[in-house]
Amino acid sequence: MEQTPSTYSPANYKSDQNVRWCPGCGDHAVLNCLHKAMATIGVPPHRTAVISGIGCSSRLPYYCNTYGFHTIHGRAAAIATGFKVANPDMTVWQVSGDGDGLAIGGNHFIHCLRRNVDINILLLNNKIYGLTKGQYSPTSPRGFVSKSSPYGTTEDPFVPAELAFGARATFFARSLDVELQITQETMAAAAHHRGAAVVEVLQNCVIFNNGTHNWVSDKETRADRTIHLMEGRKMLFGKNLEKGLVQEGFSLKAVTVGQDGYTLDDVLTHDPHSASDILHRQLALMDGHDLPLAIGVIRDVEAPVYNEEVSAQVAQISSSKGFGSLRDMIMAGETWIVK
Amino acid sequence: MTDQTSVKTLEKVVVRFSGDSGDGMQLAGNIFTNVSAGVGNQVSTFPDYPAEIRAPQGSLSGVSGFQVSIGKEVYTPGDQCDVLVAMNPAALKQNYRFLKHGGVIILDIDSCKESDLKKALFTSDNPIAELGINDAQVLEVPVSSMTKAALAESGLDLKSVMKCRNIFTLGLVCWLFDRPLESALRMLRNKFAKKPAVYEANARVLRAGYDYGHNIHASVSTYRIENDTITSGVYTDINGNTATAWGLIMASEKSGRPLFLGSYPITPATDILHELAKRKDLGVKAVQMEDEIAGVCSAIGASFAGNLAVTSTSGPGLALKSEGIGLAVIAELPLVVIDVMRGGPSTGLPTKTEQTDLMQALYGRNGESPVAVVAPVSPTDCFDMAFEASRIALEHMTPVILLSDAFIGNGSSAWRVPEASDYPDIKAPVLPAEKADGNWHPYERNEETLVRYWAIPGTEGATHRLGGLEKDANTGAISTDPFNHERMVRLRREKIARISADIPLQKVCYESAEADTLLLGWGGTYGHLRIAAAQLNALGTPIAFTQLRYINPLPSNLGEILRHYKRVIVAELNTGMLADYLQMQFPEVNISRINKIQGQPFLVSEIVDHVNNILNSNN
Repeated sequence: MEQTPSTYSPANYKSDQNVRWCPGCGDHAVLNCLHKAMATIGVPPHRTAVISGIGCSSRLPYYCNTYGFHTIHGRAAAIATGFKVANPDMTVWQVSGDGDGLAIGGNHFIHCLRRNVDINILLLNNKIYGLTKGQYSPTSPRGFVSKSSPYGTTEDPFVPAELAFGARATFFARSLDVELQITQETMAAAAHHRGAAVVEVLQNCVIFNNGTHNWVSDKETRADRTIHLMEGRKMLFGKNLEKGLVQEGFSLKAVTVGQDGYTLDDVLTHDPHSASDILHRQLALMDGHDLPLAIGVIRDVEAPVYNEEVSAQVAQISSSKGFGSLRDMIMAGETWIVK
Repeated sequence: MTDQTSVKTLEKVVVRFSGDSGDGMQLAGNIFTNVSAGVGNQVSTFPDYPAEIRAPQGSLSGVSGFQVSIGKEVYTPGDQCDVLVAMNPAALKQNYRFLKHGGVIILDIDSCKESDLKKALFTSDNPIAELGINDAQVLEVPVSSMTKAALAESGLDLKSVMKCRNIFTLGLVCWLFDRPLESALRMLRNKFAKKPAVYEANARVLRAGYDYGHNIHASVSTYRIENDTITSGVYTDINGNTATAWGLIMASEKSGRPLFLGSYPITPATDILHELAKRKDLGVKAVQMEDEIAGVCSAIGASFAGNLAVTSTSGPGLALKSEGIGLAVIAELPLVVIDVMRGGPSTGLPTKTEQTDLMQALYGRNGESPVAVVAPVSPTDCFDMAFEASRIALEHMTPVILLSDAFIGNGSSAWRVPEASDYPDIKAPVLPAEKADGNWHPYERNEETLVRYWAIPGTEGATHRLGGLEKDANTGAISTDPFNHERMVRLRREKIARISADIPLQKVCYESAEADTLLLGWGGTYGHLRIAAAQLNALGTPIAFTQLRYINPLPSNLGEILRHYKRVIVAELNTGMLADYLQMQFPEVNISRINKIQGQPFLVSEIVDHVNNILNSNN
């Protein structure tokens, strides 16, 4: 990926506010990665806006020395859309949790992706409502026991990637709060993407849902249960990259290279830019059990960008009609003169 | 023009077009209005249409009406009509009660077959007799067959031919009122610019209707309507919703802030979205969002970004936007919220008018969350008050709710096209460059107005964070300090109260030594109340009159005015919301009430009767 040489350091993007998340919360790591990513992207702080909804993760704008707006529950995507359309020169980050972004804000999330508004959406997924002290969220697994589901939930969760693809997202990346380098890289890739970009970070809530991502984030087993997808690279994983993903029929299969007749040539190569999203969907739905959980940039394709289209249409129509003012426009219509 | 006999000269006349909701009554009425305005009449219109787009044909529920008053000193579409056009028996049944004694009914006799009468629940074959109409001049016109005959050689199919029936009656009405056909033809040509065959057919039918009138003219009186002496200038016909949209554009021009509209379709406010979507030709960014909440939220985002930001809706949408408006209150961002009121609660009467959102506008949010509230009094005043709402929002960094209504939003009248120089510059408190030093904080205020500065994102040295959490009055950081919260609550309230220094004083008409009673209304009821006051004074009941356009804050001299009168009669289209609001602030004032909650505007006669009753019962 192209990197713009930056004259800014991560410190330039830090505000003077004390960070008030719980000690051990995954949000601390995400915030540090964002400051670093902002520095590598190189857009000055005063050209950057961070807009959030409500929830633990939505406190994030207070900790960035940029323009920031901590708004109301679920509405960050709609507010960010208006902001970007009105002031397209700004680089816009939206920060939401799984409750804020996918429950109360689900409608705005899908429509923002459908429109392909040029904003970067950080979706911090801890599968729990933290700020209200521990209720199940739309990403909590079926049967999940929480304060609002003491006997276990009786509903299935969203897979955020599946929802994003259903809404025709042009960019989807995933990371873990413990994978600092990959988190930072996916954030930078999202910023370079023209259009709506979702970065889902699987993030640990140390108080109400501690260890929910352990299956994939545990250091001992992470290499076998996750796969870091990289553009143009073979889809390899495992401690020594000895395992790979191959296509079998319409499905994916994890194999060990050199066993059962599989060679490196059989292993798929990752192309986030392919127009078809069929393989991207299959990759995004891998959950770390039969197949490794995919992290990195899963999909990154070009499509018309909403705010650019709005600006272009306004520019084209206002120049072709050539009304200089409201009065000019009215005078061109049906009028009569009273003397 | 034709040699019309039996010509009545009138100061004003009222025509009501009625038919099936698919019969094109709104189009015929609109063209007649524009033609009349073009010859120098004042006009006022009232489209009265059902919520269903196409209710069952010929049924009572599917009747659509369009009433217009034309002539001199026209302030309302009139209580009752001189001429009623009824395209079928259902329209006759629903509308004959609006006809004056001795008025004219134009009835399409071709649409009075047995099945048509049955659909309109008539039991005999004579709808006129069955309704007991005995003092009207009834013109039984074979509209359908004449239209078919006029288009016999057009090659159009029957369905297309029948769509021209409205224009036949328009031609007839144009003859009746001595209107020039040229301007009607020009409007039809514009309307059907892309369908020349349809234009040709309509033009032919229009002339046929006109000629039909000429040929039967002995049987009915015709009218000559007096023109008004009005300020010279260029005029156009404008409805309230279009005027609202244009007022916002004027405010954008005078403030230099780009105009952004975030909206969602809702009757009867959608025409504001339609108009501003067209006005991309003037640089307007109008976006249709996924719901009402996204409408207000996108506007709040645009406001934070530095635009003149607006959202338009009706009552149910305002309810959905409440939390967003509260965010703009605490973030102290400029935001114009337009509520074109309709009958409620819930979905209520979507196409009918009411003034029942006053309390929602004033108080319909969680916490102490004051906003400015203004209300235009007529279709053309929508332009001025949309400008005012924008001016107050931008100069005082606050949400402003503009309470229009279905009656003035859809109603139209002739409007003198203003020059930009007729309106003041709007000076938003954009952060001065010397303050953008990196140490500025967002709740630093102008000591006199209590207005904070607006730092436009992109400005170096002015990065800051806003949010829905309470902020420290001095640093702008999150604060849960109890005394700071109380201070901020009082600051936000006082900031809105101080807007009263920046709005006009209230004026009273028909003041006299004898008048000890004040008739008071607000918003869209102005025309009816004003005429009622004029009639009362003319009939020997001295009464002063005033109409409020600024509801929060109220004009600073209002208390003085109210206390001057022995009695204040508050007339409004709800159960007494403004009366309660005024009584709360001015407990010493003796307030009587006139209320109507029928989804219909006041009738002048109702006001006159009610006022007389109140005065008589108290004397």
